[in-house]
This record gives sequence, C-alpha cells and structure tokens, in this order.
Amino acid sequence: MPITKADIAKVAQLAHLELDEEEVKMFSTQIADIVAYIEQLNELDTKDTGPALGGLTPEDEQTDSSRNDALKPSLGQKAALEEAPDPAAGHFRVPKVL
Amino acid sequence: MTSVRQKTEFSLNAAEKLNETLNAFLEIDREGALARADELDKASASQSLHGIPIAIKDNICVRGLQASCGSRILGDYHPPYNATVIERLQNAGAIVIGKTNCDEFAMGSSNENSAFGPVRNPWDTTKVPGGSSGGSAAAVAAGIVPVALGSDTGGSVRQPASLCGVIGLKPTYGRNSRYGLVAFASSLDQIGVFARNVSDTARVLRVVAGRDESDATTADVPVPDYTAELTNNIKGARIGFPQALFGTGLDDEVAKRVRSVVDTYRELGAEIVDVDLPHARYAIAVYYIIATAEASSNLARFDGVRYGFRAEDAPELRQMYRKTREEGFGPEVKRRIMLGTYVLSAGYYDAYYRKAQQVRTLIRKDFSDAFNRCDAIITPTSPTPAFNLGDKVDDPLAMYLNDIYTVTANLAGVPGLSVPCGLSSERLPIGYQLLGPYWSEAVLFKLAHAYEQAKPFTEKPPVFAGE
Repeated sequence: MPITKADIAKVAQLAHLELDEEEVKMFSTQIADIVAYIEQLNELDTKDTGPALGGLTPEDEQTDSSRNDALKPSLGQKAALEEAPDPAAGHFRVPKVL
Repeated sequence: MTSVRQKTEFSLNAAEKLNETLNAFLEIDREGALARADELDKASASQSLHGIPIAIKDNICVRGLQASCGSRILGDYHPPYNATVIERLQNAGAIVIGKTNCDEFAMGSSNENSAFGPVRNPWDTTKVPGGSSGGSAAAVAAGIVPVALGSDTGGSVRQPASLCGVIGLKPTYGRNSRYGLVAFASSLDQIGVFARNVSDTARVLRVVAGRDESDATTADVPVPDYTAELTNNIKGARIGFPQALFGTGLDDEVAKRVRSVVDTYRELGAEIVDVDLPHARYAIAVYYIIATAEASSNLARFDGVRYGFRAEDAPELRQMYRKTREEGFGPEVKRRIMLGTYVLSAGYYDAYYRKAQQVRTLIRKDFSDAFNRCDAIITPTSPTPAFNLGDKVDDPLAMYLNDIYTVTANLAGVPGLSVPCGLSSERLPIGYQLLGPYWSEAVLFKLAHAYEQAKPFTEKPPVFAGE
C-alpha cells in the first residue's frame, strides 16, 4: 500500500512529533520501504495460529508473579521533582492546557 | 597483591585515556569509584565480585550517575534509584566506573545513532563497534574493564560483542530483572553481560540473575552456580546446525569460520545434527513490527514534563510535547516511533501487529521443535565483521538486516551467547552464536567454555589498555 505524505503527517500527529518538511519527505520513502518489506509476512497462512500475546512466559511453564501486598517507601515528592524541567510549589508545572 | 584501589585506578585511567579515541564512555565516575574502592579495601574480600570494575550501558539506572540513553531528550537526567541488577552487583562488591555510550534508546546496530557521537571499534577505529551496546563492548574489548552490562532487544549485546571480539550474553527472557532499565520493547528487552571469557560472564550472571519483585516478568527459576558447571567434557552434546541460515547475505569468511567452529565441536565429541528454523527468515519483519509498536508506546513518556529536556518557546501544552519530542529525539528514534504508531493505528492493527504476533508464535514453535533434537543451535552472530562508520546510515533497512541471526532469540525468549572465533583477513573479529532452550544458560556456557579452552582467542586489538 502506498504511503503518502498525508499519512506520515497524520501518524506524526498521533505520535506527538512535529516533523519538518524534509523529515516528512524522508520518512514517507523510508517507511514505505520498510512496510513493503514487512508485508512479506502475508505469504504465511496464520489463520489457525494464535498470537504470542502475553507470551512472556515460555510455553509449558508457569511462573508466579504475585508478591506480598506490603507497603514500601516511595520516592517522595522532593526526589520525584528533582529532575523536573519546571517544578513549582511541589508540582510539575506545564504550559497552559487550553 | 593489587589493591582494589589500584585496580580501579587502572580502569579509570584507561577509560579516560582511551575515550579520546573510542568515545566509549559518556560519564566516568572517578570520585565515586575510588571512594567505593577504598571502602572495599578495608572490608573482607569474601564477595564474589569483590573490587571488580564494571561499565554500565547508559540506559541502566545507577543512582548518582547520568542515564541519557544516548539521547538529548534525557540529556543529563540522573535517576534517583538503582536498577535491581546494579543493587545486586554492588552488593557483590563490583565497582561501577562509568556509563557507556550506546545507540539512542538502544535503537541501532552501529552506535551511530547516539546523540553524543559514535563509539569506535578498538580493532579498527574507522569501523563501527556494533550496537546498540557498542560502548560496553568496546570498553571490554579494549581492556578497560573485565566486564560490562548492556541490554539486548534484538541483538544489542551479542552483535557488538561479535564485532569487538568479546563474549556477549542475552539471557532467557525473565532471567534478569528489567527494573531500572529504560524500556525500549518490553516483551523483548533483557539485560546482558559482556566479558573477555566465559567464566567471567558466568560469574556476573550468577550475581544479577533471579526473581525480582519489582519486575513481574522475572521468573522464579533457580539460578545455578554457572561457574561450577564449566567442565570441558561436552561428549554427547547435540549441537543443531541450521544449514539454511548459512546462505545468501552471509560473508564468506564468517561462514568459513563458523563452519570450522562446528568442526571443532565435532572433534570435542559433540554430535552435530541438522535442524531447520523455517520461519527464521521472517524474523526481521516480525521484529520491526513488534519492537517499534512497543517502543512507540514506551517512548510516549518522554514529554518534557517530569524529567529530562523541555523545548523552549512553546506556550501551549500540546505544542510543548511536540517541540520537545521533535528537538529531543534523533532520526532513528523518530523513525521507529512513526513506524510503531503506524502499525498500531486504526485499521492496521490486524494486518501488522496481530499478524506479527502470530508469526512470532511460529518462530517459537520452530525453536521448541529444534530443541527436541538438540541441546543448542549454532549460527553466526552477525552476517559480516565490523563495517565502516557511515556505510549504512542512509539505509535503515540494510542496517536492520544486521540483526538477522540475533532477533529470533528475543522473539522466542530463549538465551543466546556470542563467542569470538578468530579474525578476518582484515583483522576484524568474527563471532559465532549459541542459542539454547529456556533457562539453558549453563549449557551455553559449558559449550562455549569447551571451545574457548580448545581454541583460545588471545588476540588483542590495537587500541588496548594493557594489563
């Protein structure tokens, strides 16, 4: 399927990226090439194959990922704000939303 | 006897001196490392990694040091906590001497995607060290540190290990905790180990591996004493040889070398059996759907609000997000976020993401079928030795194909180990890879150790710290 510059612009918007004109042009070509490559998967008949979703545990093995629901100290407000670009009065300050 | 301080100073001096040539380190912690060394010199030397200097890839959190992930968007971010693997290393007496350069957010196969310039290969500084953990690989290859940690999502430990002539391990998914590893593709990422011999690799894995309550994907599977299992007797071991993977695209010298490794194993008493991984040729396509989809979601957190870089002159919130991400991310990261967002976007999910997860099931099945017939599979690690800096930067697809032998292990969740097996005619290292069933790290170590004893790789690169 051809990928147009409009497709790229739409995806950029979804991904919160503000691409410049040159990037839009470059990505249109490159992503079209990569998508053409990954479409080789269509050669395979997978109608009877389940997806490996949640397949983080090797097959035939169960792992117990539960733990005691115990309280542990958290990072705390001071440490959590230390790396923020614009902390203010114990909060993360951001530009206006509306 | 050398004091811990002396050993640590040696590593720090070498790191500082060789960094002008290699650009392997993004931060060197002289003060912290020496303070820790002095503490250890006063303590008893009973810990398993007592006084061992170690380098850590810059996407793994070490309290007090930066974690840039090779990206401008994190810049001089200093995480307020340690990754679980770092806690375990430090409790075992290891000393972190610095943070190593890498492809931005671990995305790349040449280290050229770092926002802080590429790492250079100690064997030939006009060549790439491989990626994404190129700084860790180069630091170990150049004798700066005996061991280092990296992360491996599609080959990012094994491929640079191969290109730099050192050992590189990607453990079973769930073997090592990912807590404190900056996420790229959560169903594929594993923290791995670099070292110059199998025994050191085994020692470090023993320390870092095992269940961690902070990472629910770690498995409650016992961690064996890997070193104790390094006997030289591999008689009767069955090694799978996937003939079909030794075809098109594989460099002749690499093919020849890896075939000679197979001969050595046969001489050592192993049985070589033919195996087939019929879906391996689809692995790159599957990988670049799943990895980019997961990355597009994981990297959504970098928005200029809580940490790292924020773009200036953006008076409105959404504009601030966009400008921050536009200015903070490099081209490869943007490309992968774009691709991942595309394959997950409305109307395409079934065609790409679901399809890729179905083929991932087929790849897993290939491995479980093969491992019914053998204890481990041998392949090349990388289709070629190290290539020139700049050669593939304009062709992302050609770059992705470097991972052809390594991505299958991440998709299936099985462990992989890259082992050096000689030099090319240009004096560049060549590595072979052993892949095993889940939790078979001990078997891979044993096989690699037997080869290492039979055919020691003793060559040193031109850029080397000396002992």
